[in-house]
Amino acid sequence: MAETKAMFIQVEVDPAAAGDAELAKKLAEVCPVSIFEADGEGKAAIVEENLDECVLCELCVEAAPPGQVRVTKLYSGETLSR
Amino acid sequence: MRFYEYEAKALLRKQGVRLPDGGTAEKPADAGKIARDIGGAVVLKSQVLSGGRMKAGGVKFADTPAEAETACAEILKLPIKDQMPVNVLVEAKAAVAKEYYLGVTFDGVAKLPVMIISDMGGIDIEEVAETHPEHIAKVHLSTLHPFSDYQAKEAVASLGITGGELNQLTRVLAQLVRTFLAYNLTLAEINPLGKLEDGSFVVLDCHLDMEEEARERHQKSVLDELGIGADEMRQGRPPTEFEKRGARVDNVDHRGVAGRVVEFEGNLGLVIGAGGGSLTIFDAVQRFGGKPANYCEIGGNPSVLKACELTKVILSKPGVDKIAVIMNVVSNTRVDIVARGVVKGVVESGFDPAEKIAVFRIPGAWEGEGFKLLEKYGVHYCDRTVSMSEAARRAVEKIAG
Repeated sequence: MAETKAMFIQVEVDPAAAGDAELAKKLAEVCPVSIFEADGEGKAAIVEENLDECVLCELCVEAAPPGQVRVTKLYSGETLSR
Repeated sequence: MRFYEYEAKALLRKQGVRLPDGGTAEKPADAGKIARDIGGAVVLKSQVLSGGRMKAGGVKFADTPAEAETACAEILKLPIKDQMPVNVLVEAKAAVAKEYYLGVTFDGVAKLPVMIISDMGGIDIEEVAETHPEHIAKVHLSTLHPFSDYQAKEAVASLGITGGELNQLTRVLAQLVRTFLAYNLTLAEINPLGKLEDGSFVVLDCHLDMEEEARERHQKSVLDELGIGADEMRQGRPPTEFEKRGARVDNVDHRGVAGRVVEFEGNLGLVIGAGGGSLTIFDAVQRFGGKPANYCEIGGNPSVLKACELTKVILSKPGVDKIAVIMNVVSNTRVDIVARGVVKGVVESGFDPAEKIAVFRIPGAWEGEGFKLLEKYGVHYCDRTVSMSEAARRAVEKIAG
């Protein structure tokens, strides 16, 4: 898993899934606070400065195949995934 | 938003109100030309947003164009309450026989607009209300039914004014009400309205305040014409550096509100808002002997970034010992998002949230999530079972040690 960290929210995207250009596009579309973007190679990349803006909507979790995107609340340890 | 007198008069003129002949002078030569055009004695008035112009020397009289130029030069160099004049209003000096007060504002208790008229103009209406209440008449306006001139006539007549004077004052008061309604004003005052020796009436001084939230609506149709920019701040004193930084926070992104920062001398920083909560909380802090370092308003679900930056601005003010984070019950604003922003702002300012946040009382949407976060950082928080007033008391108690 590729890991990124902020103060309150951690988002993990499975490296294999991150390479899927279609998924990268979908994640960028669904996130209301622009945590995901497609990088130059079309891979899913995480916008670090937006992580703490996560509104816990779980749209990214739902958009990805089961277990490929996980959102963890660092202040409680709870993880959102499917 | 306050208007300069010359701008307020331009708005009144649009409604047909009679004004003295004159114009604005940017330099002494302009004043001389206006005085020559008028062809008689003039009054020159400093255009600043604060009151007390006469006492400060910002109002002068001149009998000749040369005197007008000299007076204008003096006024342009004179700061009044730290404000330099934007220009000088030069008007024909009127031979006034009697002065009246006309006003329209909102009655917060009745929750209605109210017309106020007095036959004792030229002095503070509050003073007249205290010393000569029989010389003031007030008539409320409906917010449902359209305004009609007869309501203005009733107000004027209730002071015992009759005849031609009644008709003339009715017309001016009705014009003032229409100005108030047309431009979403919160206050429209003509003080004094002068009755000249020939029996006619002329506006000598006036004061208009526009509802801040209505600025956008009138920007293109009115404010652009007056040369008032969309981002121009209009206050009774220049904003402090702290207040300018607070205003910049509100512009960091479009989400929610975190601004209207006003600086005070105290040691308790306030992150407050929601549904009129800011004023209530500010008053409560003072009632319990606390000394607010600032006033501000947050709401409308501000981003974490915005709440964080506002917190950092408040904590950067010298002398701020702690902050109190108190809001009314929130529905669209999320408690956890504000909690994240405030805690992040405290940590990025180099402080321990448990020490620096005297109390966190924001009940409402996503409060469970917010409280989990606050627990993690050891912050004293409370839910809606604790009133805003009690939360303010706890904050004051904590800062007192």
